[in-house]
Amino acid sequence: MTKSTNRRADTSLGLILLKGRTFIALALLVVYFSFRAPNFTEFSSIILLIKHASLYGLLAIGMTLVILTGGIDLSVGAVVGLSAMIAGGLMTEGIRLPYVAGTIYPNVPLILLLVCLLAVIIGFCSGTLIAKVKVPAFIATLGAMYIGRGFAMLRSGGATFPNLFGSEKLGNLGFDVIGSGTLWGIPYIIIIFIAVSLVAAFITKKTPLGNQIYAVGGNERAAIISGIKTTRVKLFVYMFSAFCAALAGIIKASELRAAHPATGESWEMIAISSVVLGGTSMSGGVGSVGGTIIGVLVITVLNDGMIMMGVSTFWQMVIKGVVIIAAVIIDLVQKDLQNKAALAARIK
Amino acid sequence: MEQMIKPIMQARDITKVYPGTTALKNVSFDVFAGQVNVLIGENGAGKSTLMKILAGIEKPTKGMVYLEGEEVSFHNTRDASSRGVSIIHQELNMFSDMRVVDNMFAGNEISGLGVLIDRKAQAKKAKEVLARLQQPIDPDEMMRNLRVGQQQVVEIAKTMLQRELKVLIMDEPTSSLSNVEVEALFRLIEDLKKQGIAIIYISHRLEEIIRIGDVVTILRDGERVANARVEDIDIRWIVEKMVGHSAVTIEKPPFQGKMEELLKVENYCLPRLGGGYTVDHVSFNLYKGEVLGIYGLMGAGRTELVESLIGLHPEATGSMVLDGEVVEKPHVSQQIARGMVLVPEDRQKDGLVQTMSISDNLSLTSIPRFTQHGMIKKHACKSAVDEVVLNMQVKVSDVRHLITSLSGGNQQKVVIGKCVMAKAKVFIMDEPSRGIDVGAKTDIFRIMRNFAAEGMGVIFVGSELKEILSVCDRVLVMSNGKLTADLSGNEMNEENLVKASAAALHTGKTPNLKGEMK
Repeated sequence: MTKSTNRRADTSLGLILLKGRTFIALALLVVYFSFRAPNFTEFSSIILLIKHASLYGLLAIGMTLVILTGGIDLSVGAVVGLSAMIAGGLMTEGIRLPYVAGTIYPNVPLILLLVCLLAVIIGFCSGTLIAKVKVPAFIATLGAMYIGRGFAMLRSGGATFPNLFGSEKLGNLGFDVIGSGTLWGIPYIIIIFIAVSLVAAFITKKTPLGNQIYAVGGNERAAIISGIKTTRVKLFVYMFSAFCAALAGIIKASELRAAHPATGESWEMIAISSVVLGGTSMSGGVGSVGGTIIGVLVITVLNDGMIMMGVSTFWQMVIKGVVIIAAVIIDLVQKDLQNKAALAARIK
Repeated sequence: MEQMIKPIMQARDITKVYPGTTALKNVSFDVFAGQVNVLIGENGAGKSTLMKILAGIEKPTKGMVYLEGEEVSFHNTRDASSRGVSIIHQELNMFSDMRVVDNMFAGNEISGLGVLIDRKAQAKKAKEVLARLQQPIDPDEMMRNLRVGQQQVVEIAKTMLQRELKVLIMDEPTSSLSNVEVEALFRLIEDLKKQGIAIIYISHRLEEIIRIGDVVTILRDGERVANARVEDIDIRWIVEKMVGHSAVTIEKPPFQGKMEELLKVENYCLPRLGGGYTVDHVSFNLYKGEVLGIYGLMGAGRTELVESLIGLHPEATGSMVLDGEVVEKPHVSQQIARGMVLVPEDRQKDGLVQTMSISDNLSLTSIPRFTQHGMIKKHACKSAVDEVVLNMQVKVSDVRHLITSLSGGNQQKVVIGKCVMAKAKVFIMDEPSRGIDVGAKTDIFRIMRNFAAEGMGVIFVGSELKEILSVCDRVLVMSNGKLTADLSGNEMNEENLVKASAAALHTGKTPNLKGEMK
């Protein structure tokens, strides 16, 4: 009797450690790199690191909501590239209206609006395919990925839109401010990321929609029988994910002051990795925005730290792969222990 | 008398615990060679679980299995069948787009050096076995071109490829067969018996059991309640043992007669894939203050009927008047808004979101009621949840815990509580008492009577006779998609229910009209 009680106490202590594992891993990584990587703790490199994390973080936040419903969005990287290219194109070439007014150059806020609108339409299309036509999310967004990337290339014939400073004459100055400007010393990128995270956290924690996102991912059939309009929920998450990707694309183009059609290639994988590291279940229903933020920080710290240490890029890839698989294995071990503890409690 | 022959396979004191429920309690079961060993019980009595343990699909929590006197512990079905124990499931496991012979050897191919399939040897062996079964089936035919009965024969043939088949488990083998095919199957079973093979036979069709069985074992609520040779018993005895003296007693006010109509369903139909109807022109009424039972065997179409009413089957046709409002094409969220809710049959699969807390599950349907300016009013929601938990006597320590931390009965109360929070007028409960203990059952039946007393209408879909009879004011019986009886008052008894539940089986005739039974 005492023996079994002891064992259960042990597992529960182990469970606490397991549950906080991502946070512990982040702390250990930070400590390790501050000793091993030169300049890691300098203010400028910390800001740079957070800027990187924010860019990937935007995608990861959108991806979190999608994965919470039990879906996946492979198209975010392509939407980043397409958004950058559309923004770049509007800056450089404007909108041609041959019979009416010739070419007009929209100002920067309008450009942002148009790009985000386009991305949301892409998200709506993927969402419709998935929720209404019942195309598997993997396939629908894989298709959207190729289509998006293709149009990004087509926009310029594969070339870059350089020097996106705008001009006084065209009335589109200020595009580069988004990626380089600061407020009280904090880059806009970080502020945008924090704002989007807060919105996503608010949605998931406080609104009926958030509740329904978890329900659809946890058990879609039970959600339907409970009267939840699952189609709307799914449409929303894919539109939100595409919106986040559009923000990332605009920020990247603004930061570089140039739009290249390959922008954001394979970023969907970084986003998915961050979500998984953050403890969100790939089968849906379990996870949180907060977890994803820690996940994206782990990935970025690992990435930037290894670069600063001078680890070869090839080894960086190997290490990242190992970390992701290890994270999922630990996740499975945790669930197994929990189930066993629950079952043992019931037999007693 | 059974001690005269030694059983070929024995299960000793088997207990099986699942999260939320105990499926088997210290069950022992003997299987005799050359006999048809029948296993019967109501839905949820533990038959399938016992079969799964014997066939190596599940492992017992406690207890042992012996094969020819030797203790065995099968790791999987493959392991079991290599020792001569095979199972044929109710739903056939087959590859429709492969040939018969390839189906027979799937996963067990004859091969040279373990690489190349020896098709010649397979063809020869397949012919041999099919000939031994005296079945005119071409081994090169595509599986999907065979009739269901023939497909089943292929499954049996597959089990006979094993070096020595000793025990063959058949789970409701006749449920999807035509009359002619049933006869063919019975002949085949006789042959297998002569070859000394032990058959374990599960069925709900009592006449069939009397005709083909040798030994009968009856399970109820996970316990073995009776064991007898078929020649010593009759159907009445079986029914009595199966149903038992239910500990559930519910105070039921005298039937008030037909009062105000709450729901009127006319000519509801749900087409079946491949022709015919799963729900076949069903019409009925539900009155305020009434608990209406819908009884029938598994596969009678009860679940499909209620699912159609709530709007889960867009292809269903028919008309419905719900509380004075004509409903054309029901949609789940609209039906819930109109006051109709469904407590689904499979609470794990359809009723609960396992990843959410007790509280979140309870408020899942009613969340719009607790929303203001796009935000959930946590306090209002919490007090409503607490109220339901208290009223329904759900035993919880903290509503923020995961739903899976509750026992089966309490989980079921949460599913019902979810509907209560949605302020429903018509409660449809599909098998609400399945797999939960007697105490929780009584609570749930009391809750149903309370709903009725408050003027709501309750539809209780059930397959346990005693429960239906003790809770309901009126009982509809479905058989093979058709409504075969509408019973109330004195007509409402076990015999009529059982008769009506088999009334439309194996007949192509038009359904018996309402009230025509007896």
